[in-house]
Amino acid sequence: MSRKRSRSLTRALPVSPSVVLLLLFLAGPIAYCAYIAFTDLQLTGQAEDSFVGFDNFRTAFGDEAFLNAVWLTLVFTVISALLGQNTLGLGLAMLMQRASKPVRTLTGGIVVTAWVLPEVVAGFLLYAFFRREGTLNAILDQLHLPTQNWLFTLPILAVSFANVWRGTAFSMLVYSAALNEIPKEITEAAEVDGAGGWRRMWHITLPMIRRSIGTNLMLITLQTLSVFGLIWVMTRGGPGGKSQTLPLFMYEEAFQKSMIGYGTAVALLLLVVGSLFSVVYLRLLRTEV
Amino acid sequence: MTPMTSMDRSRRYPSSLRSPSSRRTTHRLAADAGLLVLAATFVLPLAWVVLSALDPSANLRVKVPDGITLDNFDAVLTPEITFTPLLNSLLLCGGGTALTVVCAALAAYPLSRFRSRFNRPFLLTILFATSLPITAIMVPVYALFVRVNLIDTMEGTIFFFAASQLPFAIWLMKNFMDGVPKELEEAAWTDGASSLQSLLRIVLPLMGPGVAVVTVFSFVMMWGNFFVPFMLLLTPDQMPASVSINDFFGNRGMVAYGQLAAFSIVYSTPVILLYVLVARRMGGGFALSGAVKG
Repeated sequence: MSRKRSRSLTRALPVSPSVVLLLLFLAGPIAYCAYIAFTDLQLTGQAEDSFVGFDNFRTAFGDEAFLNAVWLTLVFTVISALLGQNTLGLGLAMLMQRASKPVRTLTGGIVVTAWVLPEVVAGFLLYAFFRREGTLNAILDQLHLPTQNWLFTLPILAVSFANVWRGTAFSMLVYSAALNEIPKEITEAAEVDGAGGWRRMWHITLPMIRRSIGTNLMLITLQTLSVFGLIWVMTRGGPGGKSQTLPLFMYEEAFQKSMIGYGTAVALLLLVVGSLFSVVYLRLLRTEV
Repeated sequence: MTPMTSMDRSRRYPSSLRSPSSRRTTHRLAADAGLLVLAATFVLPLAWVVLSALDPSANLRVKVPDGITLDNFDAVLTPEITFTPLLNSLLLCGGGTALTVVCAALAAYPLSRFRSRFNRPFLLTILFATSLPITAIMVPVYALFVRVNLIDTMEGTIFFFAASQLPFAIWLMKNFMDGVPKELEEAAWTDGASSLQSLLRIVLPLMGPGVAVVTVFSFVMMWGNFFVPFMLLLTPDQMPASVSINDFFGNRGMVAYGQLAAFSIVYSTPVILLYVLVARRMGGGFALSGAVKG
């Protein structure tokens, strides 16, 4: 072995614990996932699993519960991530640019606390908020507006709002950082030229932070696709599957119905969608590495 | 609480007199009012948990407590409800974090210090892995753990926690390490120090805040994680607080809202404190500064 080669090996040595850990516990399960998605592996009873080709996927696309979960995942992602977290986060960040310091610090503190709380705790707080006897109905009552049992009538909307409550801080922090990078001469110059607030936002601010908008949208979509605990605590995916997004569907098929093979096929689809988003995210960052 | 450093840094209003200052004041008041309305909405669920924890007869609404009591805390601060789950959480997350930080620091060193044609593909893979939905692989991880007898073991869960947090930790650590000038080590190398010595004696001490951020971030992510222990642990005695709180809620939370609120506060306080501790260093609380900037 040449000396140069052995030196580069010594230098690469410190990376090996990470590589081993990542191969065994991350790459391994992903490969295993790709394998059992094509088998009929079950939790109990069965002696051996056998290769079933694309059967699981065929079953999935003919399964109404699966299509329902796909639809709800879309609704959940669009309402809570793309519309809710993203817009509210940008709005908060923009208001913070203008607001006075105490108000800014107070609001930031509250929004970030919601984000730092453990997922399950956030689930309880929002469960209490949306329950029939909860705070939301108490407020609606005060305003003489009709109340209802939100977790039963509109569960997907309730969990979407819960995800907005919990996740908005992330977008707010991304956009605050991005807005702080805009040189203030540019906005001032536009102001001198007589551009009003909306036009300044549309023609100057938004184009200047477009890369942050792109990365933020990717990241919050990925985070939202993998939300499990929040929905589990609030509704368990119910009632009658009305808030069952793909992760909850996957869990139910794999463990409550013992169809590990089928559940994994759904997981693989989720993983593929996630990977596509990841690749787009990498393209957005390509100048960084 | 002051997590918002980057916002505090935001621009001052220009002192020029181009537009009437009264308009500025109006703008500021409007922005303040808007923020306060949003803050009031966001604070409602938080207000519920704080008020209910102190309320002797809490229900599901935000209301003025019927008196202040610490009975709810008294009731949950028992080994069975609080101390054992928190200790389990501490073991799992402490173990996972330690493993993550050590592996990430070792891996980041050659990536930051030596040029190699493997660096770029490796970093791209790492970055790709940071955004994979971990939730999606939990079913196969469960099946795999059953096969290799790691299911329902603390060490198996710790290994998985570390592996799932590693990509991001390596990425952050490498970015922080890039900020430490190389010249300092070159002197040490001339004196015959090995790579490991210069990493331990020179680089890591100089990037203390960076190491703190990676440590706290990993710990907070694991502390709040519900799905991983929920899937990989089975014995109730081994369950961390994130899972046991759910049983508590299912079994008696339906009546004991005050106790549930008190437990939520006890369980959440460590991560909130840790977050406040490093928020300044993260630059606007922005944990992903390395990954998302631009």
